[in-house]
Amino acid sequence: MNQPLTAPLEIGFDYTRSLGPTLSQFMAGLAGRRILGARGADGRVHAPPFEYDPVTSAPPEELVPVGSDGTVTTWSWVPEPLEGQPLTRPFAWALIRLDGADTAMLHAVDAGSAQAMRTGMRVRARWADSPVGHIRDIVCFEPGDGSEPEPPAEGSASIKMVTTPVKLHYQHVASAGESAFLRGLAEGKLLAQRCPACGKVYIPPRGACPTCGVPTAEEVELPDTGVVTTFCVVNVDYPGQRVAAPYVAAAVLLDGADIPFQHLILGCDPGEVRMGMRVRAFWKPRHLWGTTPENIDHFFPTGEPDAPYESYAHHL
Amino acid sequence: MKHRAAVLGVGQTRHRSRRTDVSIAGLCREAVDRALADAGTTLADIDAVVVGKAPDLFEGVMMPELYMADALGAIGKPLLRVHTAGSVGGATGNVATSLVQAGVHRRVLAVAFEKQSESNAMWALSIMPPFSMPLLAGAGGYFAPHIRAYIRRSGAPEHIGAMVAVKDRRNGSRNPYAHLQQPDITLESVRSSPMLWDPVRYDETCPSSDGACAVVIGDEAAAGAAQADGRPVAWIRATSMRTEPTMFSGKDHVNPRAGADAAAALWRQAGIRNPLEEIDVAEIYVPFSWFEPMWLENLGFAAEGQGWRLVEAGETEIGGKLPVNPSGGVLSSNPIGASGLLRFAEAALQVMGKADDHQVPGAAVALGHAYGGGSQYFSMWVVASTPG
Amino acid sequence: MTDVAVVGFAQSPVVRHGEGTTSGVEMLVPIFAEVLQATGLTKGDVGFWCSGSSDYLAGRAFSFVQAVDAIGAFPPIMESHVEMDGAWALYEAWVKILAGEADIALAYGFGKSSAGQLRRVMALQLDPYLAAPLWPDSVSIAALQARLGIEAWLWTEAQMADVAARSRGAALTNPKAQVSGEVTAEKLLAEPYIADPLRAHDCAPVGDGAAVVIMASEQRARELCERPAWITGFEHRIDSASLGARDLTAAPSAAAAAVAAGRAGEGGRAGEGGRAGGGGLDVAEVHAPFTHQEILLRAALGLGDGVRMNPSGGALCGNPMFAAGLARIGSAAQQIMSGGAGRALAHATSGPALQQNLVCVMEAR
Repeated sequence: MNQPLTAPLEIGFDYTRSLGPTLSQFMAGLAGRRILGARGADGRVHAPPFEYDPVTSAPPEELVPVGSDGTVTTWSWVPEPLEGQPLTRPFAWALIRLDGADTAMLHAVDAGSAQAMRTGMRVRARWADSPVGHIRDIVCFEPGDGSEPEPPAEGSASIKMVTTPVKLHYQHVASAGESAFLRGLAEGKLLAQRCPACGKVYIPPRGACPTCGVPTAEEVELPDTGVVTTFCVVNVDYPGQRVAAPYVAAAVLLDGADIPFQHLILGCDPGEVRMGMRVRAFWKPRHLWGTTPENIDHFFPTGEPDAPYESYAHHL
Repeated sequence: MKHRAAVLGVGQTRHRSRRTDVSIAGLCREAVDRALADAGTTLADIDAVVVGKAPDLFEGVMMPELYMADALGAIGKPLLRVHTAGSVGGATGNVATSLVQAGVHRRVLAVAFEKQSESNAMWALSIMPPFSMPLLAGAGGYFAPHIRAYIRRSGAPEHIGAMVAVKDRRNGSRNPYAHLQQPDITLESVRSSPMLWDPVRYDETCPSSDGACAVVIGDEAAAGAAQADGRPVAWIRATSMRTEPTMFSGKDHVNPRAGADAAAALWRQAGIRNPLEEIDVAEIYVPFSWFEPMWLENLGFAAEGQGWRLVEAGETEIGGKLPVNPSGGVLSSNPIGASGLLRFAEAALQVMGKADDHQVPGAAVALGHAYGGGSQYFSMWVVASTPG
Repeated sequence: MTDVAVVGFAQSPVVRHGEGTTSGVEMLVPIFAEVLQATGLTKGDVGFWCSGSSDYLAGRAFSFVQAVDAIGAFPPIMESHVEMDGAWALYEAWVKILAGEADIALAYGFGKSSAGQLRRVMALQLDPYLAAPLWPDSVSIAALQARLGIEAWLWTEAQMADVAARSRGAALTNPKAQVSGEVTAEKLLAEPYIADPLRAHDCAPVGDGAAVVIMASEQRARELCERPAWITGFEHRIDSASLGARDLTAAPSAAAAAVAAGRAGEGGRAGEGGRAGGGGLDVAEVHAPFTHQEILLRAALGLGDGVRMNPSGGALCGNPMFAAGLARIGSAAQQIMSGGAGRALAHATSGPALQQNLVCVMEAR
């Protein structure tokens, strides 16, 4: 019961990457099933090309074609591929020096088993059926040599952007104080904690009192009434928004708390919300409660007289 | 002992909402190449590089300075990456300055950037961890209640925010690098723009920009060589940084103590007794128009509750007693990670006399200011045309 | 240039699945208290604070902003943050003392490595156009480097297992280590590959943790610590990001940092050839998350046979991301402060396959 609460945290976005001149040319090459390299100041042909020369930091003067066959210079074996990797069956990562290049390219080799891999082996690119101008147009490399080159695809003349999905999965952990607060909410209670050093009451409790740097432990149950210290009327629609604009996002100072927290004010016209207005929590039906601040759907005006400005001015 | 340090050169990109003509590295190099040219130097002469940007989630690259080591000419050199939320551009300038003041390096390149169009900053900022209440509406939703508190506390009239917006956008139209070019903006047009986060209107908020800024900072010998070459420099008279928690009981969101402490330390270090009299021009981090009067008070240019009077009297326009954000400021361009360094760089441009159409005549001492987090991180510098 | 010394160090236990949050607060509060008590300082005595951590490790933007709660940062403090290992935070703090902006500085690093799938998260450090879209994980990248060295006869799988066995044995005396124990190389070599040619023992375990180091200028160091660890060289360098274009069996940036750090310490103290390792080093704490990287770094840093390697057990026995490099500096300093060494080298790394490297050389006086 005292274990911190945990929950999955998923973040995912399809990043849109503009390429600039060098990478645009390289990606356009891939769209046409051709790999381009760049000649560096050191005389070496770098494939894939650099955007800025490692020696001089200058952009390449021109890109030069290299082969789509090459030689493995080192490799490692992936017995259990991870999400997003080029292959879903066991494969090798390898550095591959393409024919005509002096540096190596990082990519996957579909070799079937680690026994089929060795440094110095010849590999050739396996191209996507419909290349679009992306590093993943090379599906992977495969063992082999001297194959007939695939017919160049109808490469798009101009590739300015690539899209790269980034999806990551985390396990979020709430702090001990926050976990107690959330478990209290599941029972319809507002559990704050008092700092043993300064005596201030924090809701929700933080990992440590932010001014004293010491953990808070003493639990204080607060009523579900308080004062709007300040607020704004939100008129803009927003990702993740659950209430249609306009609505009021307010700082609510619960009676007995020493710090306001953010919540919605509903139950009146947004234009009627005032600094100092007395409000009470509107709880969702009990059967919907969980360990979440969303058990409180919103706060609404109690109709009591406004709190005097001086009583909350030091919380602004 | 502290060695003298000076800004030798400044560069920035043409800030736009989507710079789809360049890669992330290309965006940085546009600013870097201009700064190097301005300083009359090359990457080969740079001893160390300091990179600043806001959250990595904006571009989806973990510690992008690693991949940009080649582009930034940092191979074989020290490379530092700073991240202090929205103040990071300022912190980047200050860290680079420290490296010279400590006598560790002779020439340091500071680079700060954000390429917001790679993703959507609103997305990255609205990722709600489990167990939290998803109801705020981005930075505007966070800061608008504090602006309301300022208005209540100071009794400022409602049109002050719009006045700042008009001034900054018109100033921005004199700066070819600024993202928003709105020479025809008027008080009426601002006041008729949509009310997004009441009391903040659309025209009173910063844009979302792709952009980068770079600054070359050198020691006394490097500065002397530049001057002998006929290139003006901006001497760094003082730097300061202060932090307080995002949230705590009794936090003053309108006039945060960390900002006031940072300013007090800054003025002390620069030997400035009366900032309003002694500072010729200020580049202040104002992402929402109302923050101009708030920060004027926080920085000590005006007594508490009186900042808006400087705005109303036109004293913060070019030609006023304290021109604020002649570049157009954050209200005209906001590549988040770069915005702080842009403030620092624009302050330097003013005292170098190189601000062209937005030059404040005779500017000799200037403030650069940045803040970030929930008014949590502050970084500042004072630059001047003479070492002092 | 003023002399600066490390005067205090504390670290949290390194654990596979810590109960703390990604804010770091729960891990930091006890170690701040420990290091302040050991030095007799209060938070108000610290003139500059600097931290190292990563948003992608936490899976949140601005994940570091709540960490200052652990300090109790009001009245406001002079503070900064690097999106790097805490070792670089210490470097920034060192610069602040040199510049005369602070007499006492505290650097900390923290990382909840277990929050996401670490090896997959780290793929986002690679080139975002050409490599990261393929999701090459950090263990596989290290394995590519390991094989290059094996096939160039720079190290063998048996030598790699020796490093693991020695590290685990050393960690028996380190109560904060995640992994420790008596084990033979033969036994380890009988285990299967997890990323051929790497076995589990070749890779640092995934662990959560934090570390803190306090430094002071020469005016203050002696009153805070009986035997301060005086910094005689503090340098860092970076190599090209192109894995296929640089020699992965060498770490030129590590070698360059060591040479520079050794040179900075010259004046009768540093040794032959300008190498940090030349001048009578007793101990080295090297940040090698993979066994072959310790062997590689030993050569790059010029560490001779007489240098005691990773008496803490090193990163192989506890590698809290963004704190492990700082913990190496703290551990090396601890050897000096406790009288166990006269001169020590600490190393930290960052980026894929040892791309970025930092060296800090310290000595007793």
